[in-house]
This record gives sequence, C-alpha cells and structure tokens, in this order.
Amino acid sequence: MLTRRIIACLDCRDGRVVKGVQFLDLIDAGDPAALAHRHAQEGADEIVLLDITATHEGRATLLDTVRRTAQSLFVPFTVGGGIRTAADAEAVFEAGADKVSINSAALADPELIGQIGASFGAQAVIVAIDARRNPGAPVRGASVFTHGGRRDTGRSVVEWAREAESRGAGEILLTSMDSDGMRNGFDCELTAAVSAAVRIPVIASGGAGTVAHFAEVFGRGKADAALAASIFHFGVSSARALKQDLAQAGIPVRLPC
Amino acid sequence: MRVTVIDYKAGNLTSVVKALRHLGAEVEVTDRPEPLAKAERIILPGVGHFAATRRLDETGLTQAIREAIARRVPFLGICVGMQWLLEGSTEAPDQAGLGYFPGVCQRFPDRSEKVPHVGWNSIDTNMVGPKLFQGLKHSEYVYFTHSYYVPRLTLMRDSDGELYPASAANTEYVVSFASALEWDNVFGVQFHPEKSGETGLKVLINFLEFRAC
Repeated sequence: MLTRRIIACLDCRDGRVVKGVQFLDLIDAGDPAALAHRHAQEGADEIVLLDITATHEGRATLLDTVRRTAQSLFVPFTVGGGIRTAADAEAVFEAGADKVSINSAALADPELIGQIGASFGAQAVIVAIDARRNPGAPVRGASVFTHGGRRDTGRSVVEWAREAESRGAGEILLTSMDSDGMRNGFDCELTAAVSAAVRIPVIASGGAGTVAHFAEVFGRGKADAALAASIFHFGVSSARALKQDLAQAGIPVRLPC
Repeated sequence: MRVTVIDYKAGNLTSVVKALRHLGAEVEVTDRPEPLAKAERIILPGVGHFAATRRLDETGLTQAIREAIARRVPFLGICVGMQWLLEGSTEAPDQAGLGYFPGVCQRFPDRSEKVPHVGWNSIDTNMVGPKLFQGLKHSEYVYFTHSYYVPRLTLMRDSDGELYPASAANTEYVVSFASALEWDNVFGVQFHPEKSGETGLKVLINFLEFRAC
C-alpha cells in the first residue's frame, strides 16, 4: 500500500540550519548534512532543504551544502529557495538534489516549470504555493501570496495549482500562511480543495503541532504528504515517534527499521 | 566491482552514481556504445518520458546492450530503464523497447488515485527467491515515481519451453503491477533503489554481487 509521506524540512541560512536548535543536542548543531542524515535514519521519507540566504555569496555556500548533504543521503532530496532560472535548477541537481521546489519564480515565469521538467523530468519539479485565506470568503477564494505572505498576487490558489499541474509540475507544496507557525493544525479544508483539484500529489505544510494534526491532514485534508519542520522541536521527538503514533491511528506510513 | 552506467540524457544520473560509489563500486558513465563491449555490469537508469529511449537507438547503444546481454553481462534497468526492456510503452507508441521481455507498458487507469504514483510503497517479492531481493524481508518499502507500469503477467519461456513469471516483485497501486523483473542476467526495478534507503542500497549490492552462472 502506498504510504503517506512525512517530509522533514530544514531551513538553512549561509549553510547552517536556522531552526531547530533545541533538537540538536547530540549531533553537530545546525549542520544540514548531519541533520538530514539523522532525519532519514529516524524514518523521514524525504528531506527538503529550504535556503533562505539572500546574498550572492550564500548561493555558492548553498551548492556546497547541497553537495555535502546529498553525499550520504539515500532518500529523495528536494532543494528550494532562490531558484530563479533553469540554470539555477541545473546547478542544484548537479550538486545532488533529486527535486527542486520553485515558488515566486514559477509565478513570474510559469514556463520555467516546463523548462526544468524537460531536462530533469516532471517528477523533479515541485511548485510551492504560499496561500492565505480571505476572511469571510469560501476556501476557493484563497489567494497566492509571495514575500513571506506579505504580498497578494491576486491569484486563486486552486487555479494556480491547476495551472502548475498543466504546465508539468510533479507535485504541489502547499503552505498555509494563516496556519504557519501557529501549531493549531494544518488548513485541512484548503489542502483538500487543492488535492481534489489536481491529480498530482499535494504536500501539506504549515500549522503542525501535534500528531493528531498529521492524522487530520492525511484524513480530511486529503494530503499525500506532510511537511514537518518545527514539530520536532515541540513535543514530538522524531519522525520515528511521529510515524509510530500515526500507524497507531491507522494512517499507512513506512516505519523505519 | 566495476559498473558501467549509461547516460542517454534522460534525467539526472547523480543519485545513481553516488549510491554506487558509496557502495564501493568503480563507476564508468558513458553515452557511447564502445565501452559496453568491455563492461562487467551495466545499469540503465532513467526518469522521464519513454520517448527519451530513442537516443539509445540513434547512438548504437541499443545494439551494444543487446550484445552485452547475450554475453551474459549482468544488466539492471531502473524506472524507464526497466520499462524499456519490454516491447514498448503506450507513452510513446512509435518507440520500440528492447523487447527482452514481452508486453507493453501501460498508463495507470483513471480512477480516484493520484497519478503519478509517488512515494514509498511495498514490494511483494516472488516466492522463488529473486536474486535482487536476497537478504530482504518479503515486503519492504521502496520509493516510486512513475505514471506508466509494467504488467504483472510478464511471462518468459525457459530452455524446456515452460512459461514462468519474470516478475520478481509486485506492487499494488490502482492495479497490481510488476515492480521488479528478473530473468537470467537481466534485471529491472520500477522503483528507485538509489532513493530507497537501506533497502534500496541492498538491492544495488545484490546486483553488484550477482554472478551469472
């Protein structure tokens, strides 16, 4: 049976993980390669590295980080953040990424989705969507935002997800800006609306605080995968613990050996 | 252990090569047929569209692979590289596969499930003990990403004319399909062993250590 995926996300700046300091007592604190390896050992199904470095020098550091992280990582590895062109994507793939996550660059130039897919396959292109609900409006009225949720593009989340699929995206990474960081649960209604609108897998992100939130987003949220970042710092110790609890709740997951 | 990985510009070879080197293999990457004449083992990776395999015909690699297989060089096709071992795929009806195995790859039918099939699914290994899965449990999880599949009832005839299933493992998703093929020195896996954690690495080790009798 196809299992629901738990994807561990590492936010990196200048080659260091910037979240999760509390989690890192036993291994080199903040080193993305060590952390990615540890998450994979603990049963994370995939690793996502999101680069939040803004500087040009930081980009070179990113490629080095990707290379080091990919070196001994044998689960799918996605890299996102600052990928603006097909050449940027190619450099990240050559460094060892299996997939890239593109966000505002895909909105600015939707043809980028197909360009990357033509060389590396549709499965290698994740379109990330930052969504915010409009108060009082139905779920289909949610808009795509950029700049960390500050700028409204005026585009419908569901319509953009459909367009991304038709342009060759392999998966959608849907982040609810309303839920992100709140630890009150994923936006299941919005995730279900997007998941029903496309045939490609949808990864839910934003709002995880408890194991029950994951069970909910895999249930009524119809998510194919869920991103776990800060949950590992607030009560749930590891992907292993999360998956054991999900298995108890009847969610099909791959349990690490 | 020396292994030759074929580059036909279909996707990213980095992960496969990295995994093989991690296992201590000496890896040679080629996009030309000549090195296959001396190859000890061959891996044909590939993600993307079946039509990309046209390049194998154009470069003479198809013929070189056919000859290597006939010399009993161990051969492993991964993902599209496995699908290409069949006669063809409905994804690119004008492009012939190698035809080592009978049958044609099909697209998952339209039902409620998502297509492509992406993620970790279990493989049910064949009871006769496939070489590729030695040392593994009967039902292990591996990572898939594909929209076309190899039919489960892929049969081969042995030297006595008896028919045997060539599927070394089956997986359930929308339909029951062959997630691995094995016949003599020819192997195929629909999943990505290079992305399937310790289980996938073990499959690669089994291939690297396989000796044709």
